[in-house]
Amino acid sequence: MVDRHKLPMRLWLSGTWITLFVAAALFAPFIAPHDPLAQDLLYTNLPPVWISGSEPGYYFGTDSLGRDVLSRLIYGARIALVVAVIAGGGACLIGSVLGLFAGFFRGWTDVLISRVVDIWMAFPPVLFAILLIAVLGTGLHSVIIAIIVIDWTRFCRVIRAEAMQQSRMEYVESALVVGRGRFGTMLVEVLPNIIPAIGVLLSLEMGIAVIVEAILSFVNLSLSSDDATWGGMIAEGRTVIYHAWWILVFPLVALFLTVLSFSQFGEGLKERFDPVLK
Amino acid sequence: MTEAFLSIENLSARVAAIGTPILRSVSLKVIPGETHGLVGESGAGKSMIGKAIMGLLPRAIEITEGEIWLEGRNLLDMKRGERRRIIGAQTAIIPQDPLTALNPSRRIGPQMTDRLTHILGWAERKAQVRALGLLEEVHIRDPKRVMHSYPHELSGGMRQRVLIAAAFAAEPKLIVADEPTTALDVTVQKQILRLIAELKAHHETSLLFVTHDMGVVAKICQRVSVLFSGRIVEQNEAASIFSNPGHAYTKSLIQATPRYDRPDESLLPVDPAILEALDREIATHDRQQGTADG
Repeated sequence: MVDRHKLPMRLWLSGTWITLFVAAALFAPFIAPHDPLAQDLLYTNLPPVWISGSEPGYYFGTDSLGRDVLSRLIYGARIALVVAVIAGGGACLIGSVLGLFAGFFRGWTDVLISRVVDIWMAFPPVLFAILLIAVLGTGLHSVIIAIIVIDWTRFCRVIRAEAMQQSRMEYVESALVVGRGRFGTMLVEVLPNIIPAIGVLLSLEMGIAVIVEAILSFVNLSLSSDDATWGGMIAEGRTVIYHAWWILVFPLVALFLTVLSFSQFGEGLKERFDPVLK
Repeated sequence: MTEAFLSIENLSARVAAIGTPILRSVSLKVIPGETHGLVGESGAGKSMIGKAIMGLLPRAIEITEGEIWLEGRNLLDMKRGERRRIIGAQTAIIPQDPLTALNPSRRIGPQMTDRLTHILGWAERKAQVRALGLLEEVHIRDPKRVMHSYPHELSGGMRQRVLIAAAFAAEPKLIVADEPTTALDVTVQKQILRLIAELKAHHETSLLFVTHDMGVVAKICQRVSVLFSGRIVEQNEAASIFSNPGHAYTKSLIQATPRYDRPDESLLPVDPAILEALDREIATHDRQQGTADG
């Protein structure tokens, strides 16, 4: 058993990165050394400071329109954070509520919800997203709606199974005998025990939401390519990868670390705080 | 004879989908203050009887016939809500596995007072005082701390004590103890048994004691029903069952129980011939049921 008073390493590392990420997103205007949208065609494709040929002040270099990569990276965190929180949270809320009802009440509630989930999951997700955005129009809100609409099933499936298992516990039966209503029993006896699972899923989903947004930016279905998004930066960097790798690599690393941190943070929290595991 | 508090008459149940019988015309009575032992092998349907009383049978199992009378009222005729109220106020369960019977994410205190506040409508304060008193009654040291603990902070024996205290909290007239010592360490088992007997005597509760252990039955039960494949093969006073078992199966169950006062006696497995005879008996019963139904 891990020492309960010491935070595990993965919580430390992932927590640090998430703090950096959130701070960058919140305080972008104060941290970013340049305007992320300001072009300077005299300074295109500048390398990072530690490589010869760089310009002081452009720490991570510039892209092919002379925009500061570091500033764009920091502003990109804003969009990633918004997507992670709103899209991840939305999918989590809808999926968990439906999953909880299906798993706890069983019967026709379960049949109805599960069939919808089955049908839903049969759509290829990326095509589904593209279709949705075609209908809703491009833009951040469409991306968020698309992620919620597609990914709630992920929660629903897992939470349903979890709720089903938790509902079979003897204390749930006795709560029913003891006269707590069905709904009250669900909230008091079942919900608290699946919150750790919801937490882990949510942290995973936040990572996935960030990736999906990046993918949609990459195929130009999110924000316009002017706006600083990690996906957009990667798409742009791809075209010049042979002589300006940094345009692609920095957002890629940021994306990678963020997604990894979200999933590790969730796992770490579960390990540390789940009473069921103790 | 005194009026029975609980009376099960001719109760039959089966798995709805495939028709496999679970209980076969089970009848038994528990009079006030009595401990009735329900003995049988795994799968004999012991726990199912307890669950049927509580209305907690799994959905897949349906009751095909019979009556369960509690204080002169048939539970099976009642509406669900009404039945729950009566069950909740008059009966309680001491569960088999203390590990799954307490919610890991709630403190002990509120889990003990649920019944008092929900069914009897007690004020929170009053319920807490009562819970504290009961924890003392089950010999828990520092009951205040235990009330504020989470289940994982207590040992298995402690949890079972908490559950026993909770079962007696609302002064139920009948407690179904569903193999309350099976999941516990042998050394703790004896204490827990003594504790149940002690509280039962003090609160004048009837007890339906489900177990597979003849030794336990001998210690605490006044009457015994021996169950095989959902059918009661013998029902009698505990004293006469042990001195003069009426059925070969009961006899072999007794012989299969270790006795500490006669350590040299060897344990005998149940004779397969007896089991075959029982299977035949049950097949006959099922046939008669079939012709009676059709």
